[in-house]
Amino acid sequence: MAPPGNAEPALSIHNLTVSYHNQPVLWDIELDIPAGVMAGIVGPNGAGKSTLIKSLLELVPSLSGEVRVHGKSYASQRKRVGYVPQRSSVDWDFPTTALDVVMMGLYGRLGWFRRPGRRERREAMEALAMVGMTDFAERQISQLSGGQQQRVFLARALVQQADVYFLDEPMAGVDATTERAIIEILRRLRDQGKTVIVVHHDLQTVSTYFDWLLLLNVRVIAAGNAQDVFKIDHLRKAYGGQIALLGDHDSLMFPASKVT
Amino acid sequence: MAWHELLSDYTFQNVVIGAALLGLISGPLGCFAVLRRQSLLGDAISHAALPGICLSFIITGSRDLGGIIIGSLVTGTLAALLMLLLTRKSRLKTDAGLGICLSLFFAVGIVLLTYIQGTRNAAQGGLEAFLFGQAAATLRSDLWVMGAITLATLTLLAAFWKQAKLVTFDAEYARTLGMPAAAIEAALTAMVTLAVVVGLQMVGVVLMAAMIVAPAAAARQWSRHLGGMLVIAAAVGIASGVTGASISTLSRGLATGPLIVLTATAIVLVSLALAPGRGLLWGIVKHYRQKADLQSRQLLYALYRHPETPPRTTLGARRTLSRLARKGYLARTEDTAGVTLTDAGRARARQVVAAFEEATP
Repeated sequence: MAPPGNAEPALSIHNLTVSYHNQPVLWDIELDIPAGVMAGIVGPNGAGKSTLIKSLLELVPSLSGEVRVHGKSYASQRKRVGYVPQRSSVDWDFPTTALDVVMMGLYGRLGWFRRPGRRERREAMEALAMVGMTDFAERQISQLSGGQQQRVFLARALVQQADVYFLDEPMAGVDATTERAIIEILRRLRDQGKTVIVVHHDLQTVSTYFDWLLLLNVRVIAAGNAQDVFKIDHLRKAYGGQIALLGDHDSLMFPASKVT
Repeated sequence: MAWHELLSDYTFQNVVIGAALLGLISGPLGCFAVLRRQSLLGDAISHAALPGICLSFIITGSRDLGGIIIGSLVTGTLAALLMLLLTRKSRLKTDAGLGICLSLFFAVGIVLLTYIQGTRNAAQGGLEAFLFGQAAATLRSDLWVMGAITLATLTLLAAFWKQAKLVTFDAEYARTLGMPAAAIEAALTAMVTLAVVVGLQMVGVVLMAAMIVAPAAAARQWSRHLGGMLVIAAAVGIASGVTGASISTLSRGLATGPLIVLTATAIVLVSLALAPGRGLLWGIVKHYRQKADLQSRQLLYALYRHPETPPRTTLGARRTLSRLARKGYLARTEDTAGVTLTDAGRARARQVVAAFEEATP
């Protein structure tokens, strides 16, 4: 949980608007995420969750808006930001090893011409050890399972030693062991004072994983401390008819959670 | 023709060196094209080179390689840009956009070609040779141009190795690290265009795409690293260039370009079939080995758990039985079952049973 006196938010979004062809994808996003929280971005399909992250990282053009990372523009804070894209965004038949993918996280630091050397190799091995993938360092990435691929991606972001991490659906299609391992690592990062921002799709686990929450459906439906945001009327507003299963009492909504 | 005579033959030297240079540049750049799923872009660019060749001839009045290179670079780049524009701005998918660009530019090229032939310009002497290549017409001065392009391109690739690799694997992530991914992608595409241009004289616009795709496809089968893949692709390119050129010269009159392409394709087929780990043959062998192993274990399990039940007499069962007998796990008996486990067989069966029970609690 963020210390209450922490003045500067880790991420501050002002008036962000994104459209794709003639569809508004994000509308007037106004948001401050405090430093040192584990924040979840939740919403129905097509709510613009991934687009929000991508437009913050300037991967998707936005029509208007201002994004500040720890008080400065993203472009000047690039080195303080780590990104874990969706696993399906790359071709895993690429001829390379897990260790090599992790070392790619250091290319930004190396600049234009320096090649990764022994030091980079060691840092990448440390990151692989953190995600429990030491034995797979020299494995072809095409031979890794979905969960192992996701851990490699996480390790690639970890070597960046960033202060703010963006993760796009890191739990999608991974096994339970990997999900537990990922959440452990993210909690450790938060406890070190880093800010972790996760696009998440599983409502069952929201209240156990996150201490800060953004409920998104093109607009900001609700944002703030998880227990204040994760309320039935907010969810109804975000999900509309898609959430007909829910009962009236918050306590009945999600009886089971995978990880405690 | 004797070998030493052949080797000192001026035309043969030119053709072989040219073919080797072509392999050296098209192999490594083809790897990036194939990994970026742009194999067909090479095809579109090479077909689009034809109008450039013709225009350069119309403007300069000669078939000097320098002018032809500039002409084909211009129209090849135009085609690539038009393709990008079509797929970005319209609802056309990449393959349809490529198809339209390819046929549009090639048709314009053919029209220009027939126009030039109609003018009966004495110097036009076989401009249509660029359709399928005319290796024998390669001059020493052409080799210098080809060599310079190859050297420059490969040097550039070595200098920006990290960037090229990351952008090819994960362009969006590269952008978050602050790399100008779009510029690097454009540079990689431009280099493919250069590789195509180097091959026009040897292989021709129609078959040039094969020289981009084939060495890379073969190399992917044999390598676990991008660097290794590039080296192997270059080797495959050089080998097919030299082999094709040699066969063509020895056979007197068979077209060089198509022979080079055929050699490269043969290497691809062999690689697809035989490469360890990824080859088809490897997969088949692995499948049957696993199947045989599973059947052996299942039969051992059955014989151990139900010794009085006779095994089936189907072909598969009998084959498995004789395999077990060869390993010394079985002995023939005269009772209804017909077979019984030996001591070694029982020991192995106990392992199988234990493994099975551990896997299914």
